[in-house]
Amino acid sequence: MALRAVNRGNLTDTVHDDAFEKADTLFGADELVINMGPQHPSTHGVLRVKLKLDGERVIGSECVIGYLHRGVEKIAENRTYQQFAPYVDRMDYVAAVSNGLGYCEAVEKLLMVEAPPRARVVRTILAELQRIASHLLWLGTHALDIGALTPLFYCMREREEILKIFEKYCGARLTTHAFRIGGLQYEAYDTLEKDVERFCEDFEARVQEYSDLLTGNSIWIGRTRSIGLLNAADCVALGASGPILRAAGVKWDLRKQAPYAAYDRYQFEIPVGSRGDTYDRYMVRLEEMRQSRLICLQAIANIPPGPIMARVGKVLKPPPGEVYHAIEAPKGILGYYIVSDGGTQPYRVRIRPPSFVNLQALDKMIRGHLVTDVVAIIGTLDIVLGEVDR
Amino acid sequence: MAALLHSILAFLQASWVELLCGFLIVLVVPLIAGYVVLVERKVMADMQARLGPMRVGPHGLLQPIADALKLLIKEDLIPDGADQLVFWFAPVLSMTAALTSMGAVAFGPWFQVARDINIGLLFVVGISALGPFGIVLGGWASNNHYSIIGAIRSTAQLISYETTAGFALVSGFLLSGTLKVSGIVEQQRADQVWYVFLAPVGFFTYLVASIAETNRAPFDLPEAESELVAGYMTEYSGFRWSLYFLAEYANMIVVGAVGTTLFLGGWLRPFPNVRWMGWLDAMPAILLAGTGVYCIVRAGRQPVKVQSVFMWAVAAACFVIALLSALVEIAHVANAWKPAAFRPPDLFRFLGAMHSGLYGAFWFVLKVSAYIYIFMWLRFTLPRFRFDQLMRLGWHILIPLALVNVLGVGVGLVLKSALGWSGALAIVAMLPTTVATIVVAVFLIRWNDKYAVAASASAAASPSAQEDFDAG
Repeated sequence: MALRAVNRGNLTDTVHDDAFEKADTLFGADELVINMGPQHPSTHGVLRVKLKLDGERVIGSECVIGYLHRGVEKIAENRTYQQFAPYVDRMDYVAAVSNGLGYCEAVEKLLMVEAPPRARVVRTILAELQRIASHLLWLGTHALDIGALTPLFYCMREREEILKIFEKYCGARLTTHAFRIGGLQYEAYDTLEKDVERFCEDFEARVQEYSDLLTGNSIWIGRTRSIGLLNAADCVALGASGPILRAAGVKWDLRKQAPYAAYDRYQFEIPVGSRGDTYDRYMVRLEEMRQSRLICLQAIANIPPGPIMARVGKVLKPPPGEVYHAIEAPKGILGYYIVSDGGTQPYRVRIRPPSFVNLQALDKMIRGHLVTDVVAIIGTLDIVLGEVDR
Repeated sequence: MAALLHSILAFLQASWVELLCGFLIVLVVPLIAGYVVLVERKVMADMQARLGPMRVGPHGLLQPIADALKLLIKEDLIPDGADQLVFWFAPVLSMTAALTSMGAVAFGPWFQVARDINIGLLFVVGISALGPFGIVLGGWASNNHYSIIGAIRSTAQLISYETTAGFALVSGFLLSGTLKVSGIVEQQRADQVWYVFLAPVGFFTYLVASIAETNRAPFDLPEAESELVAGYMTEYSGFRWSLYFLAEYANMIVVGAVGTTLFLGGWLRPFPNVRWMGWLDAMPAILLAGTGVYCIVRAGRQPVKVQSVFMWAVAAACFVIALLSALVEIAHVANAWKPAAFRPPDLFRFLGAMHSGLYGAFWFVLKVSAYIYIFMWLRFTLPRFRFDQLMRLGWHILIPLALVNVLGVGVGLVLKSALGWSGALAIVAMLPTTVATIVVAVFLIRWNDKYAVAASASAAASPSAQEDFDAG
């Protein structure tokens, strides 16, 4: 009844459009439509979700995206191959290294060159550090969404160490542009191994710290267990990848299935969950951070000597043709589809961003849950709007 | 006209003390609440491996004043569709309730804030229960979806947890036999034991319920930042917002004061009747002197001369107050030795009054601070409950537990009087029922967990939701 009375006000202006057919709710009152975002503390940027509520229960939703659209794919058509590389850093800006890695390798594939082993190992180290940094940011903000304030600051503390390593390596912290097509621009600096080792030494205990705060906490379990269920079949049908897919029990990780960079050299486990709920995704990501740490340790133990750049010309003119290259970015499968017409600029670049594809699962995951859970589920999807909107 | 003037004068003459107290409350409590905010930010920073506010004043000590100033000079916004009168009135109501309920709180035997009324704690609880009306009305008047959801949540939460808090208080009242604030504390002195030891479950349920009542994490759903933007406060800004904010912190002080009075022995020091523990009375003086010594040690290391002068001044003030406070102790001791020979001069009488005020307030403030620290500690450690979980916790665990506890305390009291035990032995008499209540608590939690798992499983696999999705 209360809701009906409220609707006398100007609230009705913003509700009901074609996307939502009217439906009777439990008490016969009008359903409440609220706009979550684009200015909302927990939509991780400028995502807008229209929620149709029966009381606090979600009975329908619609994602509105595009507030951060910058036309990255179109920009690619007007830039040379090297000029476009910094733009990909701005898609998933919390995992810029991974974006750059995918793009550089895709263009290398198109050019039919291979980066030298030393470059590939350094790429692997930085990409794994980036995975840890991305997961740390995810963990901090996800916990914050669920109301745990403190893990965010602990996560930021460790992320800072990683960003310092990036800064030492290439001068930038966030949008690094760390790699070049054909290898690396910069030689690994003298103390890289030592810095990474020191970070890895501390990190084991630090992950345990987050785990102590959250894993066994009954409020945390209550807020994440059985929330946002997405089973393996649905994951595959929706194209969801990364930790979301693995939490549903599918052991699919491109680092193992189609090794790139130097991943075929190292031993690591692919953690999988069983239920495909928010708690499983949390556990999977936590374990992935531990595995990334192991990869880093193996990689710094033996960085092969040699050149860091393959022989590529100053002007890149790939032969006409097309290529698709995908890597396992922290958030899932990141694919680049590049068409070359033989010129210095790509004819078309199509990017398959993991956040965009994973976001499709949102509606399926939030139906029947409460508004509170919507926040937890957006958090567990680990989306970055820069990547969704491109 | 003259008659009216006359009656006003008569009223002023009769109740100038209360009016003065009210004036003082309005002046002082917001300031204290502001500093509680600063303490909270500092505690939070400490737990989160950072420094917190450091820019305004030394170690950010002037931050609350800067914040208040900022909020005061902000634009006064009332949204277009809002119900203006209610929008204006709601935060005032919240703040008024919080401040009024301070009136019956006593900080020490000589330090009642306004008046020692005979229904003391009932008055406090009753008036502070009016605060949520401000929240509900504010959420309603804002004409915003997030606000109304916050307000509805707040209503449901308050109804559930007031009940628990009430039952928890009843178990305390059973022990004290009075509602009068001074009477409750004196009864605890007579019983020689704080009631937290006689009714630990009662204290625990009150603690949890009071966190929920003041809308603090992990029960801060009405203003859950990550879900409802700011809940009922979404449309509020500037000074109105700060009224809500201060009301929340004033409420924390009030529930802390109630919990302290009833369960933690109010202004009594630990072991109030054990004579050889008398040195604890000198604690304020010792701590003040310690602060003074610290200030002197640090004064030389201050980067700016003004700061070091300030430190010296603080040190001097600490030493003077500590000395005055200690003089009374010395007089007490001297009296105990030669009661006839030593007659304290008049100055000592004044000091004695000040001393008992200070001494009472010291222990009371210390206990309330510890109580509020627990609030903060929980806030930075725990994630937030979901609303149905919150309700389940309230109705499935806390309310039955509080009821069983009232029964248990009653049985314990009968046992105690039948055996004729008092003091520490009363704890032994209360032990069987306390243990029984804890067993009930464990059982309730187990049962609730089972129920919760079943409920969430059925919600997630709800056929209607599935159907909806397929159709869309």
